[in-house]
This record gives sequence, C-alpha cells and structure tokens, in this order.
Amino acid sequence: MATVKGSAAARAADPALEAVGSARLLAMYRIMVLSRALDERMWIVQRQGKVPFVITAQGQEAAQVGAAMALRPGHDVVLPYYRDMTLMLALGMTPKELMLNVFSRAEDPNSGGRQMPAHFSLPRLRVLTGSSPVGTQIPHAAGAALASRLRGEDSVTFCSFGEGATSTGDFHEGVNFAAVLRLPVIFFCQNNRYAISVPQRRQMAVESVAARAAAYGIPGVSVDGQDPVAVFQAVTEAVERARAGGGPTLVEALTYRYVPHTSDDDDRLYRSPSEVEQSRRRDPIPLMRQRLMEAGLWDDEQERALQEEVARTVDEATAYAEQAPPPDPATVMRHVFAERPAAG
Amino acid sequence: MAVKRMIEAIREALDEEMARDSRVIVLGEDVGVKGGVFVATRGLLEKYGPDRVIDTPLSESAIVGVAIGAAMNGLRPVAEIQFADFIHPAMDQIVNEAARIRYRSNGAWGCPLVVRAPYGAGIRGGLYHSQSVESFFAHVPGLKVVIPATPADAKGLLKAAIRDEDPVIFLEPKRAYRLIQGEVPDGDWVVPIGPARVAREGRHLTAVAYGMMLHLTLQAAEQVAREGISVEVVDLRTLAPLDRETILGSVRKTGRLMIVHEDNRTLGMGAEIAALAAEEALYDLDAPVRRVTMPDVPATPFAAVLEDAVLPDVDRIARAMRELARE
Repeated sequence: MATVKGSAAARAADPALEAVGSARLLAMYRIMVLSRALDERMWIVQRQGKVPFVITAQGQEAAQVGAAMALRPGHDVVLPYYRDMTLMLALGMTPKELMLNVFSRAEDPNSGGRQMPAHFSLPRLRVLTGSSPVGTQIPHAAGAALASRLRGEDSVTFCSFGEGATSTGDFHEGVNFAAVLRLPVIFFCQNNRYAISVPQRRQMAVESVAARAAAYGIPGVSVDGQDPVAVFQAVTEAVERARAGGGPTLVEALTYRYVPHTSDDDDRLYRSPSEVEQSRRRDPIPLMRQRLMEAGLWDDEQERALQEEVARTVDEATAYAEQAPPPDPATVMRHVFAERPAAG
Repeated sequence: MAVKRMIEAIREALDEEMARDSRVIVLGEDVGVKGGVFVATRGLLEKYGPDRVIDTPLSESAIVGVAIGAAMNGLRPVAEIQFADFIHPAMDQIVNEAARIRYRSNGAWGCPLVVRAPYGAGIRGGLYHSQSVESFFAHVPGLKVVIPATPADAKGLLKAAIRDEDPVIFLEPKRAYRLIQGEVPDGDWVVPIGPARVAREGRHLTAVAYGMMLHLTLQAAEQVAREGISVEVVDLRTLAPLDRETILGSVRKTGRLMIVHEDNRTLGMGAEIAALAAEEALYDLDAPVRRVTMPDVPATPFAAVLEDAVLPDVDRIARAMRELARE
C-alpha cells in the first residue's frame, strides 16, 4: 500500500474528519464492522433454528455509532430501542453479552433470558430497561433526566426510537414534558422510512420528524444517518446544549434498514428488492472505509486484519453463548417484587 | 394522638416523607400552586419548591412515565392522577412498564413508584369522577394495590408505599377524604403493606370490605347486631398481594362469607376472594358466598336517583347480612 496514513493534507480535504479526530473515526469504523458481522451471524443462527427470533440493525450502524460516541458511557443515561445493537456495542456492551442475549441465556445481562433479544438493559452503562410497546421509553427519558438534574449531575439522557414512535401519544407527552421543564434529553430518531411495513408518508403528514420539534418549542435537526461523523456532530451539539441547561433537542438521523423488521417479517411484501439494493449503495460501512482510505487513515492491510479479528470475535462470542446454560426454570417466579426488605 | 380527617393524614404522610427523604418528589396536574383538586398536596410547593413539587402538563401517561424514569434513576416519585377515572391513558405505563421493570430486568432495575388516585362513587361524580379501578391493577403481578379506609391507615400505608421498593397503586376513597375522621398516632407512623385488619370481631359471618364500603359495612354490622347477628368485618387495606390468611382465618371461624365493594361485580375483588374460599375453605362454609357490589354497569350515572340505585348502601349490605346469617 502506498497510502500515507493520516496525512494532514489528505484529512484537510475532509474537514469533518479533522474535527472528529482520527482515533474516534477508527473506533467508529471498527464498531460498525463488528456490529455488521455480529448482526449477520445472528440471522444465521436464527435461520439454523438455534434461536427463535432476532431483530437487528443492518444499515443503521452509522447513525447509532455516531450518536453513541457523543455520549459519556456510564455517565449519561441511555434508553435505547430494539434496533440499537450498534449503539450498545459502541457504549460498551460486549459481543459476548449481545450473543448471550440472542441465545436467551442465564448469563444474558439484559434480562437473563426473560425478554426477547434486543430489549436492552445494563446498569453499569446506565442503560434503562425497555419494553416492546413502541415509544413508552420517551416519558421515561424525561423522568430520568429530571432525576439527574435534581441531584445536580451534569449527565444527559439519550433516548432512541424509530420514526413510527413519533406517532405515539407517549412521544408527544414525553417530548412536551421534557420541553416544558427544559430537561437535558436528546431525543434521537432513527428514521429508516418504515415502521415494519408502513412507510413514512402513511406515518406523518409533515416532511420530516425534525419538523415535529417546532410544536414543542425545541430545536429539531435532520442529519444523514449514513454518515457517522454528521450524526456525531449533531448529537454532540445537542448534548452540549443539554449539559448547559438549554433543554432537549430532537435529532433525526435519516437511514434505512437492509433486513426485514425481524426474523418473522417478510419485507418483500412492502418494499421492492430494487429499493433495498438502491439503498445499499449508501451502505455506511463501505462509505466510511472509502472515506478513511481517502484520508489516509486506513489501508487494505488494516482492513484484512480487522476482518480477521472481527470474525474471531464473532466466532468466540457465538460459541460461548451457544454453550452457556439456559436460565433455570426454578427462577421463574423471582423478581416479581424486591427480594430484600424495603430500606427503612 | 390527634383526630384527623383522611385528607389531612394523606397530606401529613407526603410532607413527612418529603422532609425525611430528598429523593421523594410529587408530580401531577394541579398538585403545586393549587395544592391538588382535593388539596392533598397543599403547602408542599411552598415547603419543598418547584423541583420537587411539579405541576405537570395534562398528560397522564407522561405523569406516570416520567415518574417511572425518575424512579429507575434513583428518585422516589409520588405521581398523582387527579381522578382514578383518568388513569386509563397511563395504563400502558403502569402495566407494561412499572409492573414489569423488575421482572424483565431479572432484578437489575426496580421501580419504587407510588401512583396516588382518588377513586370511588357516592359524591355525585357521574361516570368519570366515580370509578373503581382497583381490580384492573390487582390483576397484575408486580403491582401492589393499597386502599386505606381510615385516616390512620391512610397515613401509615402511604408512608409505607413511598418507602416500598416496588410500584404501589394507592387508591384513596375520595368520599372518605372529609367524611371520615379518626385518630392518627403521632410520630413516624407506618402501616405495613400486606396485612388486612379485623375491623370488628364477630361470630356468625365474615364481611370483607375496603375503602368507603368498609364504613357502610361496619354500620350495617352495627344494625344487624341489634337483631342478634354477630358480623366479623375484615378491612382488606392491601388488595394485592392479598392477605389470604386473615380472610381464611375469619371464614374458618364464622363459616359464612360475604364481600362488599363498589367496583363492578364481574371479576371484582369479590370474585377472587370467593374463589379463595372455595379453594381453601369450602368445607368450613355453611352457606354460599355472597357479594354486594355495584351491578355490571359501565360506570356510575350522575343523577342522584340513578347513582343511589346502583351503589351499595347500608340497607343493602344489612339485608345481605340477614339473608346470609339465616341460610
């Protein structure tokens, strides 16, 4: 390879890269590649009949990694939705933990096998537990931010959802509440153009999710969700505003999912293969690789090494999770209520 | 010990818990400047400030949903729903979220939340200011459902609810707010969630009641006592988890059981208590179980004659006691 790694001249041609910093850019890329490989393996183990169900993130990796990198993991509170596996990886959930989740093992830190996969929860990263009903975490985000502010923390609360969620009552009630109280929340919408089968034009009469922000008197921005740098910059601005007491922001990342809604969905019923193919031309992973190479931050050798490392990581995580013991049925009545007596 | 109204006992509990624990906040419609439509929160805003006593937008789902997020993130919120009739938009947040947070996270997260709501009929409140919603919530594992009938229990149980690690639906019989006075012990008076209370001892039959119906049941018991019928009255206080032992202990003693509630008949608490007796004490029963309830009308009508036609009263309860004692 003749590329000069990270040359100032090459980076200067892409000022956004310069602003983000090469270490962060490379970290973003690694997570995107790892997420895609884990994601593809999840579909394989589902199709092999080893797990009953998966719900994944392919196509939305850039939006998620860009947002995660704007947060302080373990300090900021995070309320993800079920498509956020890349976000979770970027915050610090391990591949092994993600696979334990997919295999519903006892050791799954999200729920010990109680919830469907991708219903994330992890106290060490302040990731609050979520459910399947769409949008219910949006009021929780306002409440979590209220608690953080009352204690005088400088943490923000990050809340993620799809564009379908913005039609729910809880979106309206939660965003309005946070706006009225000027709470430090980032409302992050990954607009992948479909809520299962229903396209955006059947979901809302406005042109964009970001336009909804005006109704709450808060800033709303739309960014290219296939560009992790653009997402990082938009979310960083929202985080800085929130930390400074400027209240919530609605950030919309325009993206696309390459896989069906879940392993139980057949997306050919509502969108054409050519539309999916067309969208894949803006697959965020090759786009980012090309950009890094053009900036002299990446070369074929590094790519080969990364692919090998990622394949090994995915194999190890899958093998570990596959052999890990399932939850003990004798525990099924535990944790209905607190097991220790209430503090006096 | 001082004699207080129920509404005063509730206000005292909130005040004392807010003073005791800086994690306790109060939020809901009109709870701040106005002090609540029943003035349960009067004076709290002045004392604890707008960060802890929060007048919210008119958004029941967010009132509960925000409280849930705050509870997961370390606070002890007390959310007020202005009338139990308005709790339904928050049903998803209560049932799908609050009740399931501990279970679904395998014990990693908890939701120490109290949802207070005035409930019940008898105040000419019509369809949407009279509802009894307790059975919806008592059906959901993960929720505790508490209904006090006396000022002392209102104070002690509300303090216990605020200190509880899990979500508590605290339903206040609004007709009792000012009507019912009683002695409230001084000091840090806490009544544990769970145990029912034998409000009146008796030999011939057991009448289980809660909330405002407890008082009517006690009056009916007094009436029939003059005719030689000795009624044991059990005040449930906590509907979920149900104090099975106290109910069964009383039924085994008297051999006759009736349940009184102003909730609808079908799948109300009476149905569960009757099933409990059938499963655990059938051979102790000397007569079929009876229920005195609101009939299965969609809600309480407004006109006085219509409300009186559906709401159990002392005469109806006393009549049922006489019939049950004779069987």
